[in-house]
Parts: sequence; structure tokens; C-alpha cells
Amino acid sequence: MKLLVAVKRVIDYNVKIRVKPDKTGVETANVKMSMNPFDEIGVEEAVRLKEAGAATEVIAVSMGPQACQETIRTALAMGADRGIHVLSDAELQPLAVAKLLKAIAAKEQPQLVILGKQAIDDDSNQTGQMLAALLGWAQGTFASKLKLEGGKALVTREIDGGLETVELKLPAVMTTDLRLNEPRYASLPNIMKAKKKPIEQLSPEALGVEVAPRLVTLKVEEPQKRQGGKKVASVQELVDKLKTEARVI
Amino acid sequence: MALLVVAEHDNQSLKSSTLVAVAAAAAIGGEIHVLVAGHNAKPAAEAAAKAAGVAKVLLAENPAYEHLLAEDIAALVVTLAPSYSHVLAPASTFGKNFLPRVAALLDVAQISDISGVVSPDTFVRPIYAGNALATVQSKDKIKVISVRGTAFPPAEAKGGNAPIETVGGAGSAGLSRFVGAELSKSERPELTSARVIVSGGRGMQSGDNFKLLESLADKLGAAVGASRAAVDAGFVPNDYQVGQTGKIVAPELYIAVGISGAIQHLAGMKDSKVIVAINKDEEAPIFQIADYGIVGDLFKIVPELDAELAKRRGS
Repeated sequence: MKLLVAVKRVIDYNVKIRVKPDKTGVETANVKMSMNPFDEIGVEEAVRLKEAGAATEVIAVSMGPQACQETIRTALAMGADRGIHVLSDAELQPLAVAKLLKAIAAKEQPQLVILGKQAIDDDSNQTGQMLAALLGWAQGTFASKLKLEGGKALVTREIDGGLETVELKLPAVMTTDLRLNEPRYASLPNIMKAKKKPIEQLSPEALGVEVAPRLVTLKVEEPQKRQGGKKVASVQELVDKLKTEARVI
Repeated sequence: MALLVVAEHDNQSLKSSTLVAVAAAAAIGGEIHVLVAGHNAKPAAEAAAKAAGVAKVLLAENPAYEHLLAEDIAALVVTLAPSYSHVLAPASTFGKNFLPRVAALLDVAQISDISGVVSPDTFVRPIYAGNALATVQSKDKIKVISVRGTAFPPAEAKGGNAPIETVGGAGSAGLSRFVGAELSKSERPELTSARVIVSGGRGMQSGDNFKLLESLADKLGAAVGASRAAVDAGFVPNDYQVGQTGKIVAPELYIAVGISGAIQHLAGMKDSKVIVAINKDEEAPIFQIADYGIVGDLFKIVPELDAELAKRRGS
């Protein structure tokens, strides 16, 4: 079976972001960019399924400016077979991305689409669920375990109260949580090999998808800074302060 | 204008996250209806009817709704949504799971995890792990919104007397099936609604050592949480995780033990009223946001703190 994995190019998780002085957004120029960590977990899971013989092909998809090809190359170096890049310099919001992925799913006919549960830039946590709804498919979100058997997917999900397992009819959409696996580092030979793997470039127009944003960002601001940094010397002093100064115990 | 709040519940009772979503709906303004979809969920519906500010409760009874599967709940909500200007749900794993399906089927954007209401079409939401706040305006006819659990004081659980109306629903679409759940059982309060939280990080070194924190938590009536590092290391289960992609909490008192303070963790707790940090590394970023920091070995300081609290309680 074919697997489709969506990968997003985001500001690296180690970067302390800066809000632009004109409040239009967050500074992205000269900032280290990486694959969204949850998407790395998605690529890893897909590649493991292929290595285990449960999948025949892994296709990595990314959307956005030309530089997204780097993110696709990372996925190819991890073991994906080929890439699809939807080139767009416009802001792509989750609903538009879900529609584009739906159009690609219609072409590629994957049995499972794997996405990260959320991107660490906009923190929306929407695209996988939206895609599943648009396709009329089942979904297994926030997955910490996946088992394919008898034409179904058993997905264990991280939920607020603990873990939940659902059985999904295939084809289906799964979104990854942190404990699903530990993504590999691409080896140098595999990075070299990835350069030769094909990446198909498409456009929203060619896929017949209208991507105009539905949400208008009016402004982006820094949150109020916390005043911290006080130290206390002893446990007695701490308990005194919590009782009489902060009055929380 | 009427607003629909989709209730999070366990059929028997209402989760407090629902009352937070009701409070957000009240901040937007309009007549508030609460949908309780479940199986033998009358008690949950009755609890919703008592919540302050609720004008009507819609009860959808179907065995298919017992486990609140996203595919089936979303299909039900989509049939009701056209009568409403706003559809709201808690930004818990329940709301996050089904609500984007609703938005997609209505062909509208979802506004995730709002922390403020500016006007009926304009909302504030944290992005980049809460390191920036975006003010966004929705151009869609129906606003589909998930509500951050710490952002609004919950509506009063008492004082209302709303009528309960039964609504039909298609039931199971047959796409997915609930197989089972392993829910953490604890006598302690839930993380997201606890007044005090004691959280442990990688510095705890083992799951066994969390007993130190549990003893402390019992003296403070606190919930126990953890950083991602502690969960990844297998010290504690996933539902302990506080942070950008785990639980967002804002208790009166947050005690961070052996947690260095990665931005992803701070994202989940920096709105706590008072933060205490215990860490042996003086340079740990957690100290920059802590109201009270103690530099030292947690294995010495935590038992001392435990004893001090026991002593003062006794006196």
C-alpha cells in the first residue's frame, strides 16, 4: 500500500522566535528552518512500515515556497521514495492545506495519510482532521502506536485521561504524537541518495484548489513578560513566602 | 444570534472544560445552547442545564456517541451548526479531535485554542508555543472555535435551569470503532483544573522518584504533572505532560522540580499565578520565570519541603 506523509517547513524548535516590530508576524528571515518535529515522527513511521513490508511506497508532500523542497529532501533522506511539492508563496491555512492534500490523495490513492498532530509554528492542530473529513475517512489523531491488520488500522491515541485505542477502516488519516517513535538521523549516503529521488512540483491552480486565507491576522504581539528570577535561600523561607507574600498555600 | 457549545463529558458528568467554553461563548455574547451527545448521557445533560448562562441543552442519545468518536460527533454537529453563528468546544483532546472535522465539512476555518475574545468575529490566540499572540478575524459565516482551558474563568456550575430538548443524530458512520481505553486513575485533582500542581522533569531520574512529588502533592491537594523529558523517559504516563503539545495549565501554584524549562514546557505553564522552581542548575531557564527559585539538589530539598509543610500543618 501507498503512504502519503505531509511535512511542513517551520522555524526550528530550538529558535527563540522574535515578533516583528510592525506586528505583522514573526521574523523568519535568517532564521533556522527545519521539518516540523511531529512530521519527522510521521516520516519515520511511514518508513518503518515500508521497511517492515507493510507498505510499498512512501510519498512526502510539502506545500509553500520553493525552500520547502529542502524539507522534502530531508524526508527523502530519511527513506521516503519520492516527493510532491505544491509551490505557493501565498499564506496556506489548514483548510487550504487539507484541500490540497485531498486533491493529491485523489491522484495517488494512498491507504494511509500520516501528518503531525500540530505544527509548532501556528499550533493549529487541524489539518489531519480536516483532511479526514473532506475525504470522508476515519481518523486516528495523536497516535502513540499504530498496527495495521486485516485491512484496518489500530491506533492508540494519547488523550487527556490516558490512552485510547480505536480501529479505523482504511483508507484513513493518522496524526502523530511524540511517543509514536524516535525519528532517525539521515545518514550521509542516504542524504546523497535523496538528491536523486524525484520531486514533482504542482500548483494549487493545477490541483483546482482555492487557497485564499479565511482568517485575517490583524496583528501579532509579544505576550506580557513574566517577572521572575527571585531566589530564596531555604525551604523555610520558601514556605513563609508562599504563605504570607504569595498567599497560595 | 445563538451559539452552540459542544459539551465534553463522560455521560455521567460534565467536564469543567465545558464550563470554560460556555464562559467564552458568554464573552462573545448571545443565546448559549449546549449540545450533549452521548449514551445514557441524561445526567451530563442535566448538569449542563444547571450551568449559569445556558439557555437550552440539546441531548443527542445514541450508543454510537458513547465514546465521542470524532467522525460521528462531527457529523452530528454539522447538521446542527447552520442555526448558529458560533460553534465552540474545549481545546482539549476531545475538542481538538472532532472540531476541525466540523469546520472542514462546513467549509470554514477553525480558530484554534482562543485565549481572548475581541469581538464576535475577532479573537486572540497563542502561536509559537505562546511566544506570540495573534489577533485574528474570521470572515466565515459560522465561526468554529476551540477554547483554551485556562483562558476564561469557568461558568458557574449552578444557577441555571435550562430546558433539555432531544435531538436526533445519524449515529455511527461506521468509519471507526472504539476498542478500549487505559485511563489513569488518581485520587488527586485533574491537572487542567487543579489549584496546585507539582511537576517533575528529567532531574527526577526515575518513575519511582515521583513518589517524592506525590507525597508533596498530597499535602498541598495538588495534581502531579511532568515535562516532556520525564514522559519520554517513561517515568510517568503521557497524560502527565504539561507543555505546548501536552496540557496547558494555569494553577494558583506551580512547583517545577528538576525541570530545566524548555520553551515547549514553559508554553504549558507560564500563565500560572505563582511559579516555584527547584533545580540544581543555577542557570536553568526555569528560574527566569519563577517567582521563587531554590538552587539545590531536589532529592534533599523536596523531602525538606515535605517535612516543613507537614510540620506547619501540625502546628
